[in-house]
Amino acid sequence: MTALKVILYIVLLAFTVAAPFLFPDFRTQLATLWLMIVVSLTWDMTGGQMGYNSLGNIFFYGTGMYVAAVISIGLVYDVAEYTSAAGGGMNDFTPVQYFTGVGLGMLGAGIFCALCALILGYILFGLRGPYFAIGTLGVAIAAGELVSNWEWVGGGQGITLPVYPADLDEGKLFFYFLFAGTGVILFIFLRWLYGTRFGAAINAIRDDEEKAEAMGIHTMRYKLVTWSMAGFFVGIVGAISAFQLISFEPLESAYQTINLGIFMVVCVLLGGKGTLWGPVIGAIVFHVFKEVTWNYLLGWQWVALGALIVVTVVYFQDGIMGWLAHRKPEWFGVRVEKNDATEGADR
Amino acid sequence: MSTVIEVRNVSKSYGGVIANKDVSMDVHSGGITGLIGPNGSGKTTLFNSIVGYHPIDSGSIKFENREISKLNVPEIARLGLLRTFQQTRIYGEMNGVENMLISLPHRKMKLMESFGNNSAEDYERADHLLEFVGLYEKRFLRSGSLSFGQQKLLEFAMALMNEPTCLLLDEPTAGINPTLINGLIDRLKRANSEFGITLFIIEHNMRVIMNMADHIYCLAHGELLAEGAPDQIQNDQRVIDAYLGAH
Amino acid sequence: MDQILSNIGLLFEFPIVNLKILIDGLMIGALFALAAYGLALVWGVMNVKNLAQGDFVICGGYVAWYLAGLGLPPLMGVPAAFIIMWGIGWVCYKVVISRVIERDLFTSLLATFGLAIMIAQILNLLFGSDTQSIKLEYATLYFGENDFIDVPIAKLIGVCMAAVLAIGVIIFMKRSRMGQAIRATAQDARAARVLGIDTEKVYAFTFSLNSAICGAAGAIIVMVWLIQPFYGITYAIRSFVIVTAAGLGNLPGVIAAGLGIGALEQYGAHIFGIGYQQAIAVLLLLLVLVIRLIQQRRKRQSLQ
Repeated sequence: MTALKVILYIVLLAFTVAAPFLFPDFRTQLATLWLMIVVSLTWDMTGGQMGYNSLGNIFFYGTGMYVAAVISIGLVYDVAEYTSAAGGGMNDFTPVQYFTGVGLGMLGAGIFCALCALILGYILFGLRGPYFAIGTLGVAIAAGELVSNWEWVGGGQGITLPVYPADLDEGKLFFYFLFAGTGVILFIFLRWLYGTRFGAAINAIRDDEEKAEAMGIHTMRYKLVTWSMAGFFVGIVGAISAFQLISFEPLESAYQTINLGIFMVVCVLLGGKGTLWGPVIGAIVFHVFKEVTWNYLLGWQWVALGALIVVTVVYFQDGIMGWLAHRKPEWFGVRVEKNDATEGADR
Repeated sequence: MSTVIEVRNVSKSYGGVIANKDVSMDVHSGGITGLIGPNGSGKTTLFNSIVGYHPIDSGSIKFENREISKLNVPEIARLGLLRTFQQTRIYGEMNGVENMLISLPHRKMKLMESFGNNSAEDYERADHLLEFVGLYEKRFLRSGSLSFGQQKLLEFAMALMNEPTCLLLDEPTAGINPTLINGLIDRLKRANSEFGITLFIIEHNMRVIMNMADHIYCLAHGELLAEGAPDQIQNDQRVIDAYLGAH
Repeated sequence: MDQILSNIGLLFEFPIVNLKILIDGLMIGALFALAAYGLALVWGVMNVKNLAQGDFVICGGYVAWYLAGLGLPPLMGVPAAFIIMWGIGWVCYKVVISRVIERDLFTSLLATFGLAIMIAQILNLLFGSDTQSIKLEYATLYFGENDFIDVPIAKLIGVCMAAVLAIGVIIFMKRSRMGQAIRATAQDARAARVLGIDTEKVYAFTFSLNSAICGAAGAIIVMVWLIQPFYGITYAIRSFVIVTAAGLGNLPGVIAAGLGIGALEQYGAHIFGIGYQQAIAVLLLLLVLVIRLIQQRRKRQSLQ
């Protein structure tokens, strides 16, 4: 790493820490921005780096929410009684109970989602290309429908969690740093992972899976591990979202297939698939664009979202990073042959 | 010499067309075995059957005394039986060195080892093998931009990087500049003798295969026509007829 | 759980319940098969996996519903939806689909997913998110002891119209010049181009035809069941289930799978409760994918 890069990273980290204090009115939006960054980065792990385009990663988000909710409630109350009372009179949590619930909830959600990814992946990774995308979409939709029929976790009404046990502004800061912390850890983790042999192997799967198989790479194993890592992080941010939202229901906020579920794909495509910075840049651009324009679109925002997907996919699929790589290949360490192509086999 | 690949009475047909009928052959450890035959005689089909691209109708295929005719491609490859493709397959978006490093023998790696970085020796070996096939100068170029012949050499180097027990080569000289063929023959022979890799080669070019192989099988119309040492095959009237009849 | 067991018990205690479920299932299944046939057409000819399929169906339903509200006789809604959805399909093709045909499959999948979101949201803005249907003034036929089985004539008419439409399309594909061109393009687009077939025209025609078929199916659905702007994705998934189960270019298979899916869904709704109907439709997709996967693995192949 050059000195310039080190300075750049330090500045970015300092800005991350300072941002909620510089813009105290936008703490929730900034927290959501980090949520978008995390889900985009995790989507890119399979979609960009491994070539498996999932439309159902939102499954881990919703599942993470529910697992965290069940854990944090289960520590104090009987879950069935709590949900059937729907918060009425059974909402007393001491701060210690609350924070234990948040901590264990995040951890439990991450682990549970990683396990789900291993089990589902074993079935779904036999599917290639469009079948994988549709299969994962199916999993996410099915999970939402099943959970909304499951009275133990509140059915279609959803769950109401305890509120943050102190000042609300402090709560916003707390959730910002949970999201941002997860995001920073994930970014550092991925930066390391993509440089290892493991990273090279999943790139090989993306570029030519049949060749990778024929070369004896443990394709199934690598695919499962990658997806379960992604599931782990999405589960964690799902858990944080659950505590941040306080009350959520299955179809619109937990397993929100066309909301966040498709945002993450758009962010990655916008920023540039298969690059480390692409998903981050894409998430920032998309989130800012969305926050600025959403309220002026007067109900047409969802139509605009659909149009944005279509336009991105059809006209701008390589994204910002891909466009840069095309214009300035030398920035990305690609060497271009200078002398004429001569048959180089003789030496 | 022990047998590495043992093919017994293998038959395979595609929707009524018989591609292989009752084929049996042995590939001996440490040797170079050739497989020849006119176009459409079922050579590539047999290769694909061995490495697991499609099920066979009947018969048995053993690799190091282990039945592999029911295994999938990745399982077979992980046993150390590798193949190159007739239509060369490399990772076109990566450069030569990256291509080589991905070809490290992942089958010998534990999951935790895969999280390591490539060692200096890995880089050295990659460079050495690239030099061995004559691509050292081009090692940092996007491999998709190499010529077909160079890609073919790269694929061969990648196969060597993988340290296979046995390597199946599907027409290694097809599409290679004729002036380079002698060099390639030399490298294939050295791969066999220096790295101890058993080679099983499909080849159209008679001069090439007669030069390299120590045992040759000839297929015609999906059936085994003849086998023997190169000079035996060269003088076998049935083989000559098969080739003349087919062209 | 007790509820589920008693629902299953009911099936054995009163076998006639089975007949009622089956009739209902086969009727709705006929319409699933229609939409799936359209998907198979587009998939086979231009290799586009259209996730907006279900939204075309719903859109056709709204066209018929809207026209019926303006005073058009309900049965005329079916041809009207056919024609109008043809136009909408043609516009979709020209604006979006024509630009993704040659690209990788995820591109077309995602582009059509974006299209699906747009259609659903536009319908929501125009007509609101309530469920809608057209009430038809037809009697209901009763069969069995105590008239247990009820078959509204409207449903029968709907199924007959579906059958007529399907037969019409099949004859068209077999006999007409355009049908031949479509089948030739499906086999080998490049060869078709070399032989002077205007594949661009064929693609546009095929996609519009698919959209029109879906629209007509939707117009039938709105007469006998309910529609809602966001029901589209389940219809799309059902079409995928059917095509995946039957395979491309397998017309009897598509019909059989469509009827089978319809019946299975009705059984599932009976056993687990109506709230699970959407979930069952999606779980059937996963089931079919797993079965296909096992079949492929036996052939040492993967599903792609």
